[in-house]
Amino acid sequence: MDDLLSEFLTETNENLSVLDSELIKLEQNPNDPELLGNIFRLVHTIKGTCGFLGLPRLEKVAHASENVLGEIRSGNLLVDQQAVTLILESLDCIKSILLTLEKTEAEPEGDDSSLIQRLNDLAQKRASAPTPAAMVAAPAKSAPSIKDAEAAAVAAAQAEIDRLLADDFPSPPPAAPAAPPAAVAPPVSQAPVSQAPVSPPQVTQPPAAVVAPAPSPAPQDDFPPMAAASPQPHSPEPIEVEGPAAAGHNQHMVGQAFGVGDDSGHGALGEHGGESSAHAAQSIRVSVELLENLMTMVSELVLTRNQLLQIVRRNKESEFAVPLQRLSQVTSELQEGVMKTRMQPVGNAWAKLPRLIRDLSLELNKKIELQMLGAETELDRQVLEYIKDPLTHMVRNSADHGIEPPDVRVAIGKPEMGRITLNAFHEGGHILIEISDDGKGLDIAKIRQKIVQSGLALDTEVQMMSDQHVMQYIFRAGFSTASRVTAVSGRGVGMDVVRTNIEKIGGTIEMSSRFGRGSTFTIKIPLTLAIVSALIVESCGERFAVPQISVVELVRAASQSEHKIERIHGTPVLRLRERLLPLVSLEKVLRLDREVHHAREESFIIVAQVGTYNFGIMVDRVFDTEEIVVKPVSPILRHLSIFSGNTILGDGSVIMILDPNGVASSTGEVMSNDQQISDQSQAREIQSGDRTTLLIFRAGGATPKAVPLSLVARLEEIDNTTVEHSNSRPMVQYRGRLMPLIMLDSEKILPNEGRTPVLVFSDESRSMGLVVDEIVDIIEDVVEVELLTDRPGLMGSAIIAGHATDVIDAGYYLIQAYGDWFGNRNSSRMTIGNYTKKVLLVDDSPFFRNLLTPLLSVAGFEVTAVESPKAALQIAEKGFDFDIIVSDIEMPVMNGFEFARVLRNHPRWSKTPLIALSAHTAPEDMERGRESGFNDYVPKFDRDALVRTLNETLMQRV
Amino acid sequence: MNEMVVTKTRNLSRQDGRDKAEQYVSIIIENQIFGVPVLQVHDVLGPQRITRIPLAPPEVAGSLNLRGRIVTAIDVRLRLGLPSRKEGETSMSVVVEHHNEFYSLMVDSVGEVLMLKESEFERSPATLEHRWREVSNGIYRLDTQLVVVLDVTRLLQFGRFEAA
Repeated sequence: MDDLLSEFLTETNENLSVLDSELIKLEQNPNDPELLGNIFRLVHTIKGTCGFLGLPRLEKVAHASENVLGEIRSGNLLVDQQAVTLILESLDCIKSILLTLEKTEAEPEGDDSSLIQRLNDLAQKRASAPTPAAMVAAPAKSAPSIKDAEAAAVAAAQAEIDRLLADDFPSPPPAAPAAPPAAVAPPVSQAPVSQAPVSPPQVTQPPAAVVAPAPSPAPQDDFPPMAAASPQPHSPEPIEVEGPAAAGHNQHMVGQAFGVGDDSGHGALGEHGGESSAHAAQSIRVSVELLENLMTMVSELVLTRNQLLQIVRRNKESEFAVPLQRLSQVTSELQEGVMKTRMQPVGNAWAKLPRLIRDLSLELNKKIELQMLGAETELDRQVLEYIKDPLTHMVRNSADHGIEPPDVRVAIGKPEMGRITLNAFHEGGHILIEISDDGKGLDIAKIRQKIVQSGLALDTEVQMMSDQHVMQYIFRAGFSTASRVTAVSGRGVGMDVVRTNIEKIGGTIEMSSRFGRGSTFTIKIPLTLAIVSALIVESCGERFAVPQISVVELVRAASQSEHKIERIHGTPVLRLRERLLPLVSLEKVLRLDREVHHAREESFIIVAQVGTYNFGIMVDRVFDTEEIVVKPVSPILRHLSIFSGNTILGDGSVIMILDPNGVASSTGEVMSNDQQISDQSQAREIQSGDRTTLLIFRAGGATPKAVPLSLVARLEEIDNTTVEHSNSRPMVQYRGRLMPLIMLDSEKILPNEGRTPVLVFSDESRSMGLVVDEIVDIIEDVVEVELLTDRPGLMGSAIIAGHATDVIDAGYYLIQAYGDWFGNRNSSRMTIGNYTKKVLLVDDSPFFRNLLTPLLSVAGFEVTAVESPKAALQIAEKGFDFDIIVSDIEMPVMNGFEFARVLRNHPRWSKTPLIALSAHTAPEDMERGRESGFNDYVPKFDRDALVRTLNETLMQRV
Repeated sequence: MNEMVVTKTRNLSRQDGRDKAEQYVSIIIENQIFGVPVLQVHDVLGPQRITRIPLAPPEVAGSLNLRGRIVTAIDVRLRLGLPSRKEGETSMSVVVEHHNEFYSLMVDSVGEVLMLKESEFERSPATLEHRWREVSNGIYRLDTQLVVVLDVTRLLQFGRFEAA
């Protein structure tokens, strides 16, 4: 493409985006003359340049909008929404023409007359106004033509000047003026041909002034054409623009020429011209490609420097050491400098958003305010480029989906004006950008529906998902919750693209939303994609790089030193400043094989931080830190989230760069307060759902024994001397009552002295003490009880904390103490309406069935336990009835929520109260339970709450 | 069947010309000759220092530094389901480019460049082992040998880890 044209395109595009935001500012502050002056100048520049380059279509549109602005500036027209909208529209028109121009290097065919007509109508609007209309109307009308002429003529003159400046050939200049203007001038637009005669007196002056300094040095230099051509500005004929003129300079000249050439009343314009020239002197335009190349070269230079440093380090006495030191320093500075050239404020990516919001709020009839914080936060332009579109899309989404119409907002007590906030800030080597709105938030129920409708998941699956997980679906392709497709959004393209784009640059996107309150998207992106400083470590003879940014500290651990690695059931931990630091062995995580299996004398621990989670990575050795250029790993290895890239070290070898984030998540223990992509959290949730807190103790034999802590009322230590015997059974006085003591180990005889630990089981009126040898621990673990035991009093065995453990059947001992413990006791609390309440317990885990059956029996219910909703429904078919149903939530095949929905439509059981039992007791879970038809929701391990809830629910029914 | 063979051949030749010959770099694995289109081959390397990549698929031998570019080494033996090289046996590599990324295909040895005539081309027999058929475009019948044409794109797709 012609240099001149491409320069024009860049410049104009830039001006246009400035105009967008300036106009919106103007709409808000219609009386700011400086703002108006600036806008006018920008439009004027665009118009002038178009004329100059021979782009008639563009020029006409720009010209018409300039007219409107001119009227505004002279106070004849008020700044109102209509005017701004119209001008914006004309800018859009210009933009679209520019777009084609960029592709084809020619103006597209098209007719803008209706737009121009409307602009002109607006400009002449005040003509219809009664007051000074008639007087001003005439000049206003004539103004365009004069300006047109001016523009053209000035442009022509300007072209000549540029040509003179640029052209080395002496021959063309004399030839050109000789030619008839019509033939030579076509690109300069038709207007000047007819109107040129009007303007010569005004025009000839300024270009001459501009050129004035040029002719004088010309004779000295070998620049004869300059001198020869100097009289030409006197000629009014437009001259064809030819040859590339010095970029930027050109533009600047045009601006200046206009500044002078414009009617003298507007001195401000001239000043502006001066200002821009001062600006031009301080910054130059450099192509991005050049910067990129520079960056690559600097990266290579850094690598070579590193290589040299390594060589010199081996020969201590090298004479190269000192100069190399210097080279090294210069290289570092150079690197920093080049990095800086790539940094741009994030506000650049936001420049278009105010306009977007303005248009959207008009289109959607909403009132929206856009707040932008931290616009000056700088990041790599490459990164910026990637996030531009996603940001625009998300802001658009927030405006369209998020913010409610003003009447709705007022009705629900929100301020009429909706607010979208963009906030950018640094955090730990990353840039965080938050896009939040105070709109209606995500309607989770609707998303669930939509997931099912679009066949992305089955209804049953969807019900199982956590809200976080459900929200993730908005990042799926083809997913839109807008029930109606607006011009703005609802076509279901976007959020998936947003996520892809962000992930492409190693960023993450997270969202949180509260229904009715608004949503927040958080984008986390790396500061730069280029050079990072990294720590080189070794494990099992393999070297890896760890980005320095995530390394908090290094700890050397040896068996004799202050810091030593301790193990809990094989899991290594480190005591560090009064805290236990979880450790991850790089060897294990990467499944490296150690050639010689011997215990390492010492190892190093890299304390890394991921989000708010600190953990240690165990490695064998730690080398230097090195500046590395992160190169993406080959596509066939991209699935290895544990590596963020690879690089070539100073010694020429390839090394993988570890991603501490990936290391952390590969160990499964990702910090709980970090809303990682929910698949992980989902997995974790389900896992924790099966966790039980167990009391571990010893009694008779080496095998530890366990009992669910929830069954135990208290742990006591009784003084053996207080033990009495009644009916040859040991008892103690406990809280004013007699409490039978049961020996778990029937062989055991209580010593007469000392103290003995006792597990106290109790219900309202009665207690029982189970005598054990030693209370070991309380452990929360996933318990899988193998129910293969015929030994009375044992529920089965399980591996708990790595040891085979007997899980005792508390019910058995309770019966030993009180034969009727589970019997129908006439407590009014338990039997309402004179008969025992029947409970149906649905839980897929035999462990919990065995746990809860005695528990509920203790509370006086008649319990029927089944392993699945299906079995429960079969019982229903057989004609049994229950007073209340207690159901687990997480079950295979049919989960609790589905079960509840089925029951609510069941012919007979639809009225039976239903209580959910779940490990998830977040308010949202409870809400969901209620929505599905559960009467109440009880935490799985709170036996008191369960009994209380059962009773309360039943009482309500009576 | 016949028709399909014809289409395939046409695809390969692309340009006009009755019996156009294409050039292939011959590589040898377990005494079998394979051909890689010469235009796809960037380099032929002797034994290299390779950095292992933990957790990578077994076919990925590691990565190496080729004049400042990081190249992923693929052990073609493992890719073809053959036993890995015995200790002490040296290997050679041909470096190919695929989607702007370089891959070094580790083979037993690299031979000369062969001119293979289109008339000698044939589709891989249906009875060929799945893995082999998957990565080969077809076979050239030479007088003394059969040359299996390797399809680099497909060679670099293993499992779900596509070299997209």
